[in-house]
Amino acid sequence: MAYDKFNILQTSAYPLPIENVDTDQIIPARFLKATERKGFGDNLFRDWRYNADDTPKMDFPLNDSKYSGKILVGGRNFGSGSSREHAAWAVYDFGFRCVISSFFADIFKNNCLNVGVLPVQVSEEFLQEIFEAIYDNPKTEIKVDLPNQTVTLMSTGKSESFEINSYKKENMLNGFDDIDYLQNIKGEIQEFVKSRPF
Amino acid sequence: MSNTLFDKVWDAHVVRKIEGGPDVLFIDRHLIHEVTSPVAFLGLKNRGIKVMEPQRTFATADHNTPTINQHLPVKDPLSANQLKALEENSAEHGIIHWGLGHENNGIVHVVGPENGITLPGATIVCGDSHTSTHGAFGAIAFGIGTSEVEMVLSTQCIMQPKPKKMRINIEGKLNKAVTPKDVALYIISQLSTSGATGYFVEYAGNVFEEMSMEGRMTVCNLSIEMGARGGMIAPDQKTFDYIEGRKFTPKGSDWDKAMEYWKTLKTDEGATFDQEYTFNAADIEPMITYGTNPGMGIGISQSIPKADAIKGGKATYEKSLNYMGYDEGDSMIGKTIDFVFVGSCTNGRIEDFRAFASIVKGRKKADHVTAWLVPGSHKVEAQIKEEGILDILTDSGFQLREPGCSACLAMNDDKVPAGKYAVSTSNRNFEGRQGPGSRTLLASPLVAAAAAVTGKVTDPRELMAS
Ligand code: SF4
Repeated sequence: MAYDKFNILQTSAYPLPIENVDTDQIIPARFLKATERKGFGDNLFRDWRYNADDTPKMDFPLNDSKYSGKILVGGRNFGSGSSREHAAWAVYDFGFRCVISSFFADIFKNNCLNVGVLPVQVSEEFLQEIFEAIYDNPKTEIKVDLPNQTVTLMSTGKSESFEINSYKKENMLNGFDDIDYLQNIKGEIQEFVKSRPF
Repeated sequence: MSNTLFDKVWDAHVVRKIEGGPDVLFIDRHLIHEVTSPVAFLGLKNRGIKVMEPQRTFATADHNTPTINQHLPVKDPLSANQLKALEENSAEHGIIHWGLGHENNGIVHVVGPENGITLPGATIVCGDSHTSTHGAFGAIAFGIGTSEVEMVLSTQCIMQPKPKKMRINIEGKLNKAVTPKDVALYIISQLSTSGATGYFVEYAGNVFEEMSMEGRMTVCNLSIEMGARGGMIAPDQKTFDYIEGRKFTPKGSDWDKAMEYWKTLKTDEGATFDQEYTFNAADIEPMITYGTNPGMGIGISQSIPKADAIKGGKATYEKSLNYMGYDEGDSMIGKTIDFVFVGSCTNGRIEDFRAFASIVKGRKKADHVTAWLVPGSHKVEAQIKEEGILDILTDSGFQLREPGCSACLAMNDDKVPAGKYAVSTSNRNFEGRQGPGSRTLLASPLVAAAAAVTGKVTDPRELMAS
């Protein structure tokens, strides 16, 4: 499924300074029953966002009207646990295009890149500065520049560069996905199959 | 040149290397289930393409299936819809499908090895993170997301950067009542849930060599819980004996040819790893978790660590203990429990039920405990009956359910109620994993059995003949 191209994103952000946020929290298993990719944003962080009677928990950042933007800033080891891509869909569907953390779990990071959410890994120190800046001023903006691979806290001008492999970067810039690439080399794959012993 | 087991298998599957990007990796076996495949099939439909290698694809229904009355129609319309989608998509693309009630049906990572789908030296993927289980056979196996399921369906390939390599060695003699589950929980407690992120792990040392295939599967299964992409163990005679003659195992001259290759699958002397750890078997005791991630585990006789002794976020640690209703410094022994779950692709195989039965035999289930005993597959279920284990369970007041993932992820009706404590042989103790508000203590089948008959966290060694 193709997604919107990503180039430079400059918006305010939601803070979620919790470590080891696992994908069971991002989207609980009971919401995985769809056979279409629709409506997952409503259940993003469902059990942290809503009480058992479906009323919103007002102290949860996603329910706090002072926060806004297309960037989610999370604590270390974000996205651990289950491989469910639904977690990345929910993040995208809610309106996020970028997640910033000091460390990501592997599969979640992959899934994000496959669905058009840019995972940006920063130093722990910078992450804490970003959290503080958001708490000081919830409207503070962060600029994520994919072509130059930099992330900048606009209020202080502090900037860090981030890693992304050049192939994935090209995909994100153009809104391509891996299947487009693989389809194009199908002949080569069909040749390769013949060499497999089982 | 000296190579690792991992390098040998990985390199043999690289179709193309992309400069500055991932490898295009060929996939030998693709396992699918009802929850993470429907959207991938929808993607194929939208692109107007067919499954490239349907004979390398295997479908089983497991994630949201009921574990009682499987012969009746599935009540939850959403679950029923996913099951129907799996059946229809499989039929449309010519994929083998083991639906509810089929003799080969069961949890995807249990039925793969049982049917000889899992082979040494193969690449295996599935839209479930515990695909790492299959590494027990010397395969490279890992979990993938739905976009990747679509990739493999359409091109039998996946795009992956090659992970770094880690080796974990454990030598020595395991203590009494220490099972493969305890070994794995111990490693995770030492490395943390992110300690192996970015790595593929090879387990080495006499402890793994002496372990049964079931035990190796349990260990490899839990690799993902320390962040690793997967884990693997070099195949040996035990591996070959296990797979020989199974449904999809190569036969005749194909078997001989394969055997020749499989025997080369071990890490060469002098091959290097990016990271290596060595632990002593004697340091491991029966384990239990007290928090909300699998790294928060301790030896059952120890007490919950103080927040000051914890590396990393204190606030997160306190949030976790608060959720569990525990205090730092508490002893785990004697904590009351409400539920016991034996099952999942971690501990839902025959050995696990044998272990459970060895402790409950001649004892009674504690009155206040609800126990869900869920075999990993119909084959396991049949074996439980054949070996007389069912009689032991019944005499002790337990019932056996029908196979499926069940309370491992609680997508079906097997949900632990809010606030209740469950000792579980599954793999994740995340908040709400076993039902909204549920509290999970991960442990081995022996610890689960001790809890089931006493109604509280109990050291299984106390209930075992010396
Ligand atoms: S038992 Fe649990 S971990 Fe295993 S396949 Fe099922 S849901 Fe996944």
